[in-house]
Formats: sequence, structure tokens, C-alpha cells
Amino acid sequence: MLTNVDSAAFAVFLTLFILVTGMGFVASRWRKPETLAHLDEWGLGGRKFGTWITWFLVGGDFYTAYTVIAVPALVYAVGAYGFFALPYTIIVYPFVFAVMPVLWKVAKERGYVTAGDVVRGAYGSRGLELAVAATGVLATMPYIALQLIGMEVAIKALGLSGEVPLVLAFLVLALYTYSSGLRAPALIAFVKDIMIYIVVIAAIAIVPSKLGGYGAIFTAADAAFAAKGSGGILLSPSQIVPYASLALGSALAAFMYPHTLTGIFASSGGNTIRKNAMLLPAYTLLLGLLALLGYMGHAAGLKLASNNDVVPELFKTLFPSWFAGFAFAAIAIGALVPAAVMSIGAANLFTRNFWKVWVDPKVTPAGEAKVAKITSMLVKVGALLAILLMPTQFALDLQLLGGLWILQTLPALVFGLYLNWFSSTALLAGWAVGLAGGSWLAWSDGLKPLHGIDFGAGTVAVYTGVLALALNIVVAVVVNLALKRLPQARLSREAA
Amino acid sequence: MIRLLLLLPFIGLMIVPFYNVREPYLFGFPFFYWYQLAWVPLTSLLTYIVYRSVRRAD
Repeated sequence: MLTNVDSAAFAVFLTLFILVTGMGFVASRWRKPETLAHLDEWGLGGRKFGTWITWFLVGGDFYTAYTVIAVPALVYAVGAYGFFALPYTIIVYPFVFAVMPVLWKVAKERGYVTAGDVVRGAYGSRGLELAVAATGVLATMPYIALQLIGMEVAIKALGLSGEVPLVLAFLVLALYTYSSGLRAPALIAFVKDIMIYIVVIAAIAIVPSKLGGYGAIFTAADAAFAAKGSGGILLSPSQIVPYASLALGSALAAFMYPHTLTGIFASSGGNTIRKNAMLLPAYTLLLGLLALLGYMGHAAGLKLASNNDVVPELFKTLFPSWFAGFAFAAIAIGALVPAAVMSIGAANLFTRNFWKVWVDPKVTPAGEAKVAKITSMLVKVGALLAILLMPTQFALDLQLLGGLWILQTLPALVFGLYLNWFSSTALLAGWAVGLAGGSWLAWSDGLKPLHGIDFGAGTVAVYTGVLALALNIVVAVVVNLALKRLPQARLSREAA
Repeated sequence: MIRLLLLLPFIGLMIVPFYNVREPYLFGFPFFYWYQLAWVPLTSLLTYIVYRSVRRAD
């Protein structure tokens, strides 16, 4: 298990990991509530997180460890196309600014904890509530598994082999999430985000000087793609619509996930969210520069077994081993924050919109907290087993479908904040058709996120999630019009 | 009306053919890259302008 381990890197890694574990357990006493045995406290940290805590928490939870590995890996592999993450994480914030304070207000006033609660409150429909909650849980599970993949890459880069380190790290995570709830990832997010900032700033400041500057990096990447015969530092004409539609669809889906919504609901007010919409783009800048590590991999002439190794290999090649250890710790700790918040978000959904509704309607607040704690544990164990027992590609495919699925909850969750027009039956029909139709399209395209549409003059590929959302909205509108006509037609017949 | 400023980032970033070019370069970055990176602070600034006008409405 301990072959090829650099002792300096390992010591730095282990020290930071132990520090963060300690923080996770101490977090239950941070901003101590009267009791943690209440979902508002365990699952939302008391809804009192101000601007800075929210900034660190949502930043730490939205820009995940997997992002740090996968975005540069995609850019390394295909070039400009991998940059869709940049417009995606820019246009998401005007949307957050406009919509999320409204959602927060409704949730605070009525004591809602989840998207399912909001939908039930707006439409009084158990069916729609269950649909939204189940979609949230299903979409989140593979996302947690993805964090494990990020952690696996960091642990492997350290030279550790076997699955024991991953299982240990995850058990520790499960235990402190169980005892401290949302306070644990909120506190750890401070350390995680500062570490990631240090790592990325060091990389973008130091690596180019070792590789001859940014001009040389772009030139090297350009040459590498030309030699390979695919990819490029600009988009090919056929990639333009996929690029724009992936950015748009991802941005609309991003804050429908339980983990991002949990960060929103846990904040202290509408202006906290608005200020964060203004300040969170700092992470986007970081992500954009981080993506360039993919090109630096070409400039450094790395020979990689897997695209996902580009970031770890770059650090191993260009930095002293202790700093490489620091970077790997940043990535591994970076996986803990989103994984914790995701499991809490999924547990809140299960507790509020399934357990309380269908199993034990008389459950006390303390009982709710207990169910959620156990569920968060089970969700993480499930994700761990999925990674250990199933091929990695399975988690990646499911995560892709998850993005498509969660996007189908947008009409139910958001339209009701502004319009009093849709009925729950119409929204449920739209959700079902969008979900089934989108999944079928993705399946028939071999689990690729793009679907080709024939316009006569040629085929244009569009992000399947956006197509499914369009279908969803059209079905909801048509069903709603039909339902509104029905009783009117009967009334006018009776009058005649 | 000032809220419409929030639509500018969508427009600026959805017109992909406009910025899918190399020239002009800035600090070694092709236009495709620095144009999109420039939208990050610009979006923050636009959001700040809108924020100033709505924060009292809360």
C-alpha cells in the first residue's frame, strides 16, 4: 500500500487531512444552537450563514473537487470545447441573483427545507412534491460518486494504492457529517477554498514562467491538437451550438440540485444571496485559469495514462514534493465539502418529502433530524459502494443523466414563484415527459449529452437537457390549456 | 428596468461565433479566452449596479 510514496508530500497531506477531520467534529459546537436535533439546525445550520460563510460554503460546494480534476482534463483532451464551464459559471449568477432570493424568502417564511417543500406549498400536490424530491435524490447520488473519483485521483497521485485510504477518508466524512450536519462542511469550506486558491494561484503564476509564458502555452497546445488531428484552441463550427447550449443548460440546472439549494436556504437573507451572486464569480475566474492547466499539460510535454492525471502530473513534475502534497490534499479535502453538503441535501429531501409524508406524518423535529442523519450516512455508503463495485464510467454516465433530470424540476420549482397559472397536473406531465423523453434521447445517442437535430440544411447538435426542458415546458403549457378548457366547456354547455 | 442589465452576460456569452477567434491577443491569450474571462468581472459589476437599486426594496 505504501509503495512510491513521497514522505514529504504524504506528511503534508496527512497533517492537513487530520486538521480538517478535527474541524469537522468541532463544528457541532461552532455557532452553537440550543439543539442540533432539528432539521433547521442539522440540515441548514440554523439559516443564519452570512455573506462570507455562504460565499465559502457555496463556492466550496459548487466548484467541486471533481471540477478541479475534470475541467483541465477535458481541456487537455479536446481544447476550447472544455471551456464551456466558463460561460456556464458566469451566466449562472444573474439567474441566482434574480431567482434565489425569492425562493429563499418563501422557504424562510414557511419553514421549508427542500425544493420538495416549496413545490408542495405552491401547488398542494403530493405527487409533484415526490417527483421533485425523488429527482433531487437520484441526480445527487452519482454526483457524490464523482467526488469520490476526484478523491481517488488525488490519493493515487500521492502514491497510495488500494481502496483502503478512500474508504477511511469517506468513513471519517460520514461520521462528522452525522454529528455536526451542515456546520461541518461550512467550517471545512474555509480551509478547502483557501487551499484551492493557493494551489491555483501558485500554478498560474509559476507554471507559465517555467513553460515560456502564456503565449508559448497556447502555441504548444495548438501544435499538440494539430498533431493529434482533433480538438483545437478554438471551437470548430459544429461545436458552437453544443458549447452555448451546454453552458446555458448547465447554468439553469446548477441551482436546482439539492446541495446548491441547501447553501441558498442556509443563508441569512435575500441580500446575502444577492451579494454572493456578485462575489461568487471570483471562483469562476479561478476555474477559468484552472482550465488552462490542461494546456500547460501540453506545454510541459506530459505523457499521461489518463486525461484525469493532467493536474496531478503537472504538480508532480513542476513543483517540490511538499507542495504537490499540499495540492493533492486541497483536492481530496475539496471532495469532502461537496460530498457532505450533497448527502445532507439528499437526506433533507428524503426526510421531509418522503419519510414525513408517506411513512411517519407525526414525526417530531428531533425525529426528522434523526432520520436525516441516518439517511446522509446511507447515501454516502451507497455512493462508496457504487464506486468500489461498479465501473467508473457508470457513475459518469449517471451524472450526465442526473444533470438532465434535475433540469426537469425547474418549471415546478421556479415558475410558481412568479406565475399562478400552471396546475400541478400540467407540471407533473411536463416533468414526466421531459425526464422520460430526455433520458430516452440520451440513451439512444449512446449516453452522449448532445442530440443532433436535422434542420434540412444540416444537422445541429444541442445539449439534450435543454431539449428535454423545452419539451417539458411545451407539454406543461399544452396540458394546462387543455385542463383550463375542460371545465369551461362543460360550464358553457350547461348554460346553453 | 435596470434589472435588464442582468441579461447582458447571457447575450455576450451566447453569441459564440463572435468571440470564437484568435485575434486580437492579450498577454498571449487568444481573444476566445480573454473575452470570456473579461465577462467575469463585468458580470460582477453589472450585478453590483442592479444590487444597489434593489437592496432597499427588500
